[in-house]
Amino acid sequence: MASILSVRDLRKSYGEHEVVSGVSLAVERGQCFGLLGPNGAGKTTTLRLCLGLTEPDAGSIELAGEPVPARAREARTRVGVVPQMDNLDPDFTASENLLVYGRYFGLKEADIRARIPQLLEFAGLTGRGESRIQTLSGGMKRRLTLARALVNDPDILFMDEPTTGLDPQARHLIWERLKQLLAQGKTILLTTHIMDEAERLCHRLAIMDRGRIIAEESPRRMIERHIEPEVIEVYGEGVAQWAAGAVRGTASRVEQSGETVFFYATDARPLLSHLEDERSLRYLHRPANLEDVFLKLTGRELRD
Amino acid sequence: MISLRFIPIWRRNALVWRKLAAPSILGNLADPMIYMLGLGYGLGSLLPLVDGVPYIAFLAAGTLCFSTANSATFEALYSAFSRMHVQKSWDAIMAAPITLDDIVVAELVWAASKSFLSGLAILLVVWGLGLSTSWLSLWALAVIPLVGLCFGALALVITALAPSYDFFMYYFTLVITPMTMLCGVFFPTERLPEAFQIAANLLPLTHATLLARPLLLGAAPQDVALHVAVLAVYAAAGFALALALFRRRLAR
Repeated sequence: MASILSVRDLRKSYGEHEVVSGVSLAVERGQCFGLLGPNGAGKTTTLRLCLGLTEPDAGSIELAGEPVPARAREARTRVGVVPQMDNLDPDFTASENLLVYGRYFGLKEADIRARIPQLLEFAGLTGRGESRIQTLSGGMKRRLTLARALVNDPDILFMDEPTTGLDPQARHLIWERLKQLLAQGKTILLTTHIMDEAERLCHRLAIMDRGRIIAEESPRRMIERHIEPEVIEVYGEGVAQWAAGAVRGTASRVEQSGETVFFYATDARPLLSHLEDERSLRYLHRPANLEDVFLKLTGRELRD
Repeated sequence: MISLRFIPIWRRNALVWRKLAAPSILGNLADPMIYMLGLGYGLGSLLPLVDGVPYIAFLAAGTLCFSTANSATFEALYSAFSRMHVQKSWDAIMAAPITLDDIVVAELVWAASKSFLSGLAILLVVWGLGLSTSWLSLWALAVIPLVGLCFGALALVITALAPSYDFFMYYFTLVITPMTMLCGVFFPTERLPEAFQIAANLLPLTHATLLARPLLLGAAPQDVALHVAVLAVYAAAGFALALALFRRRLAR
């Protein structure tokens, strides 16, 4: 399969601080590729570099068959971008936003106008074409931003945290639309903090930390490779002392975060039988997920 | 570097302007008009002829230049800053196949376009009141865009440096307001002490009034090439500097 985006040994520093330190990645056509990482990991800078909005210090980028940044403008004719913060034009209606944006791509006025009803329908905004932006909810604005990114019928979508700040209903609607786009053969590159989102949508994931990609695989394989299959979260009065006592050795890895102790195990039964006798403690037994991998690889301390 | 890709951005700004035109026209026109008529007739009644004409006829060219310069300045400061920094419209545009350079060209041409409307409005009133009756005054239509480009470009430099709207106050207090006093808007520059006259000759607004005043009063201006060159150099240098500063600020 041909890569629509390929990046090799990308580097970018701001002053002394290297934000992107040798990133290589390839996104295949028709795939959803997720870039995960804590705040400040370099995800947004990587996206900006790929779009040619920032000059790299070193490395090569090819996007939609064009070298970036040399021919970034040409490459961007094939790209749609959904930014982290909505930047719709507040003085315009929904339709005007789409029309004005289409002109930036050099599209013919008549062609854009013909596409607008379809785009509004995709965004679930049929009948809201004449609404001012201020009258739309957060979810509606996000969907309109997505529709705006599709005005040029792009091959690949760049989405920087597409559902951050949305309520669950709005989030599910966006996911459903993104799946629809993938079914149409579009490629998506997204960054996210929401593990559920990454697990549901992405064919392939890269976890980024301190400017580097520290793991890259399909979500399922990533969980299998990096983490024990079963997790027991235990919380309650005196959990720390309890975890240091008789149950030591029942799990292959134990981590504490605040009031909760996480036990990672290949076989959880011995630990579960201990817990049967502990009336004061509460627990949750679940399969390992992407969040466990993420926390294992990037650590539990806060990143601000 | 310069391409026609700025046009869709210019059209975006024009569409916003059309929606908000009424208050904007009022602000652009009413304010300078009140000054021109109030000072021109009120203060003018106390004055003898100024440079051989009634004060209001003298003030007409000053008002034309000042209000064009002011309109371009406001647009390239406040409006451009909202689009760049507050609304993030520039970020949205740069995700399309448009570069930062195209956007800065669009802002400059838009500021000049908007100030052209302000200048034209003043000119229509000046003609309507019979303050200028010479065909030569039609040449003012060529001076207005030059003043707009010059002051638009200078203001974009300040916008590129501005951390917030408050920063623009410095520019008005330290640059624009002194210029209105030094550059022959309200009274002839020759009335100032010599040191101020020398300073005035270095400022673009002086050259704008030296072009516009004779034209409105029906005489051919002297040293046309010099005045045009000064305005053009300020415009070009301002634009080049603004572009470099915007690149440093946004394309890092």
